[in-house]
Amino acid sequence: MSDVNSVILLVVILLNFFTLGSARLVACIRAVALQGALLALLPVTVHGFSGHSLILALGAFTLKGLFIPWLLLRAIREVRIRREMEPLIGLVPTLFLGVLATVAAFLFADRLPLLLEHQEGLLVPASLATMLTGFLLLMTRRKAITQVVGYLILENGIFVFGVLLSTAMPLVVEAGVLLDLLVAVFVMGIVLNQINREFATINTERLSALKE
Amino acid sequence: MGWFVAGLLLLGFSGVPGLFAARAGGGAEKLACLLVWAGAACGTLAVWEVLKHGVPLVLDLPWAIPGGALALRVDALAAVFLLPLFLVAASGALYGLAYWPQRAHPGNGRRLRLFFGLISAGVMLLLSAANSLLFLLAWEFMALSGFFLITTEEHQSEAREAGFIYLVATHTGTLALFALFALLEQAAGSLLFPGAGALTLKGAEAAAIFLLGLFGFGLKAGLVPLHIWLPGAHAAAPSHASALLSGVMIKTGIYGLTRLTSFFAEIPPWWGATLLALGILSGILGVALALAQHDLKRLLAYHSVENIGIIALSLGMALLGRSYGVEALVALGLAGALLHVVNHGLFKSLLFLSAGAVIHATGTRELDHYGGLLKSQPWTGALFLGGAVAISGLPPFNGFISEWLLYLGAFGAAQTEGPGPTAALLAAPALALIGGLALACFVKVFGVTFLGAPRSEAAHHAHEAPFLMRAPMIALLLACAWIGLLPQTLVPLLEQAVALWSAAPEASAGLSAPLAPLGWISALAWVLLLALALGVWWLRRRARGAARAETWGCGYALPSARMQYSASSFADFLVRLLRFGLWSERHGGAARGLFPEPGQFASHTPDLVLDRGLRPAFCGLAWLFRRLRALIQNGLSACYLLYVALTLIVLLLLGGFF
Amino acid sequence: MIAHLLLHLLVLLLFAPLLPGVIARTKARFAGRQGPPLLQPYYDLLRLWRKGFVLSRTTTWVFSAGPVVGLVVPLLAALLLPFGALSAPLSFEGDLILFVYLFALARFFTAAAALDTGSSFEGMGAAREVTFSCLAEPTLMFALLVLAKLSGGLSLQTLFGAHLPAAWGSGAGPALGLILVCLFVVLLVENSRIPFDDPNTHLELTMIHEVMVLDHSGPAFGMILYGAALKLMVLGSLLVRLALPWNSGFWLFDLLIYLGGLLLLAVLIGVVESVMARLRLVRVPQVLIGTSLVSVFALVLVLR
Repeated sequence: MSDVNSVILLVVILLNFFTLGSARLVACIRAVALQGALLALLPVTVHGFSGHSLILALGAFTLKGLFIPWLLLRAIREVRIRREMEPLIGLVPTLFLGVLATVAAFLFADRLPLLLEHQEGLLVPASLATMLTGFLLLMTRRKAITQVVGYLILENGIFVFGVLLSTAMPLVVEAGVLLDLLVAVFVMGIVLNQINREFATINTERLSALKE
Repeated sequence: MGWFVAGLLLLGFSGVPGLFAARAGGGAEKLACLLVWAGAACGTLAVWEVLKHGVPLVLDLPWAIPGGALALRVDALAAVFLLPLFLVAASGALYGLAYWPQRAHPGNGRRLRLFFGLISAGVMLLLSAANSLLFLLAWEFMALSGFFLITTEEHQSEAREAGFIYLVATHTGTLALFALFALLEQAAGSLLFPGAGALTLKGAEAAAIFLLGLFGFGLKAGLVPLHIWLPGAHAAAPSHASALLSGVMIKTGIYGLTRLTSFFAEIPPWWGATLLALGILSGILGVALALAQHDLKRLLAYHSVENIGIIALSLGMALLGRSYGVEALVALGLAGALLHVVNHGLFKSLLFLSAGAVIHATGTRELDHYGGLLKSQPWTGALFLGGAVAISGLPPFNGFISEWLLYLGAFGAAQTEGPGPTAALLAAPALALIGGLALACFVKVFGVTFLGAPRSEAAHHAHEAPFLMRAPMIALLLACAWIGLLPQTLVPLLEQAVALWSAAPEASAGLSAPLAPLGWISALAWVLLLALALGVWWLRRRARGAARAETWGCGYALPSARMQYSASSFADFLVRLLRFGLWSERHGGAARGLFPEPGQFASHTPDLVLDRGLRPAFCGLAWLFRRLRALIQNGLSACYLLYVALTLIVLLLLGGFF
Repeated sequence: MIAHLLLHLLVLLLFAPLLPGVIARTKARFAGRQGPPLLQPYYDLLRLWRKGFVLSRTTTWVFSAGPVVGLVVPLLAALLLPFGALSAPLSFEGDLILFVYLFALARFFTAAAALDTGSSFEGMGAAREVTFSCLAEPTLMFALLVLAKLSGGLSLQTLFGAHLPAAWGSGAGPALGLILVCLFVVLLVENSRIPFDDPNTHLELTMIHEVMVLDHSGPAFGMILYGAALKLMVLGSLLVRLALPWNSGFWLFDLLIYLGGLLLLAVLIGVVESVMARLRLVRVPQVLIGTSLVSVFALVLVLR
């Protein structure tokens, strides 16, 4: 099963690169949806068929793979934006940073005091790399939608880490995280619509002027 | 040793008889050239003796200066640096007869020849010095002669400015070297150089020595970000002097680093890693800046920065190998570095000399004023092409051989198991990128200068260089081809140098196995060269009497020479890709409306460190100090009395408490 | 040894022009056309061989050096390369560097020949060619580093040796998969195929490779076409060996696997060309940088 795992995680990391390098929002959201759906397979492939892992997989699949992306795509249609026009730093430099972060994650994961069975696979470095990618997206993009995508990727990274612990971690914790995220996306979506209607922009930099 | 000293004296005094000759006379310059040739020949004989017997030549004479001794030592490591010196100095002297004749330059011709000889002798002395004081003396000799070479055309403000920047830079470096040798004396107990691997120094003191050396020698070598003086200086000096400066003088910095690191018995890994990182930075930034230039000699100067980067990178690999005890990496890294020192000396001099021939014929250094020169200067063009292929590291010339050694080292580092010099594998992709950019740059230079149609009146009326200028270039190209086609012949030299550096006679064993395929490379290079020659000959014969027509203009009926792709447009794509590291300035170029007015476009890439960093910083400092002076020197005598009183109190306090 | 060398070259020389034919046929089928005969490239070469020259007045001998280097380099490079499981005639430690640099030499002369005509369009093509190759070269180097790490040798023969099937099965499989993709991108760039360059476009402004050879005619143009086909086959051999790494032990089967793999590759290129549009020129560097970053990642995977 470790082969399947590493292939899934590899594709997940490649999808990280893709979201960092792509300017099209729809493509980014689709990539994240695909990432979520692939990650939903992980509990099953890592821990085998069991009630616990199946519920986790199904929940993750419906939320990460279907529902949240659908919400986001709808939001995009409402506010009519297609592209991340002006990232704070260019796409290629972000991609560079992303790869650097991934390499750093791999180097760092080798230094972590992990259980022996976790040291070989890609789970830990992939999780770290995905989280860092999420942070990178959050830091470098301006549009609120891409920031939501960044949150999603961040959560995906946490999910991968959670899979390692899922036998030890109660379902409730994972469910809590997912619920948090769902609420966040909802709020974002609603706020986004309102903001767009009021100010005709969803650029977060301009929103910071509101604080005064 | 007699031959060596004779060579030293002959080179050093080659320009002296000219000082007593008439201003317009031509006899003295021939005598000077002859003396340089004799000196180079004597020196080559001495070096040959060293290499044949494998025993260093040693001279030890007392000297009245305390701690100093006239200790000369010519070993294989110095020989690697000496051989290109002799070739470049000899060919430069011959070239100078036609390029800078006394008749045409009565004002500065004699001075140029005097310092040309002096700098050669200075480098020679420096490479053979075995005593810190002697080394520093030679270093200053070389540095000051370099200043006078750069300011040969002192009536031009550009040359004066370049000269002063050089002077400041080189003396800052010398300052670091003074500190370095003082520390070294503390550690070794004498001003004589310790033997290879004899210094068992560790910790902060060793780190201080290394960092001082890196700064002082790096400033001379032109490692980024210490390369500030290099582009202006090489552009301002006469071409054969530039060849000597770029091909030989800046290598003394590399020699210093190599010699310095050979003293240490143990080398911490961060030394190698630092040098590797600086080398990669220099290589990439140097070639990127070169790509953005449109002044022929400035461009070549930036390529020196690039090549110094490659050399530093390989030296870093060798140091990493020493730290981790990987013999093959030591051997390949050092052999690559030394061979690249020789190679760069050869092809860069060739390029500078042929650039000089182009400038001589057209009177401008601006690339975009050339074009189609291959028709009027077939020899110069072909020689430049050879140099361009060599510097891009392509087979069948010498640049490929040294880069091949480096790649072997980098790939070998990737294959070592466990913790080790894994960082060295970064050299491979970095070299690939540097090579690709260098290729782009030299396609640009060769294409824009020699191919297509002439872009200016001067390029129309260009003439072939006289034989006296062509002959040295041919000799340099033959040397390049020799190393490329018969690389096996250099293996003994490299083996001796490697054994000397790593203080282990068996270290050269790390070299013999990886160098075995050089025979194959040589054979394939011959096949390549013959096949190409045959193919071109056949195609030309077949095309004899072919119909001649205009170049296909893609439907536009009136193409003109000005519509050709220029140097800036050729490099534009890459320069824009690299804009985050270059910060080029672009002015104009936008066309508005259906029938736009005639427009202007200009692009310029100033030096990243000098023009963007140091100049504004020093201007700010100067402003600050002017304000401070206005504050302190305010002309009120009461204030001055206050200063006196304050000084007195401070002195009393000092005297009282300590 | 000599017989081996000659046979190796014979396979290359005879088979190479078939690949462009297969690509053209695949594209025609996708477009619902009959398409030219599979052997059309051979007829083209034969016809060009018999034709005369028209030379531009601005050109010099450098112009004729371009096609010659373009033809000689793939031939020499092929000597270092195993064709599938068939061993290379010449092999020594470090020949992979020579392999890469030979193609760089070809690029130098092709671009110089383009500049020799003085046409602004050809200059444009030359500038683009050298730019994109700069970006593709580190990718190739990273890929070779991965292969060298896995094989423990430094010659193409060992890099693409018999250990590959085992390597696919081991933990290095994902890295090899990534490299396969990267090498495919390098192949498309180096052979100027869609999505990086459109060999069949009508507008000189949008071309890369085709615009550089606009002024060549007759046998010289034939040499260029032949050289391009050889280059496609030589670079394609890397991919085919990596994707179909089996050694059957009997040379005829090995040869069949190899040639079949090449045909499959040609079909694949044809499919890619049919379903994709050419990338905008500013996007090409981004894709290439992305590819090299993926290859960096593959290297990290095998190094840890």
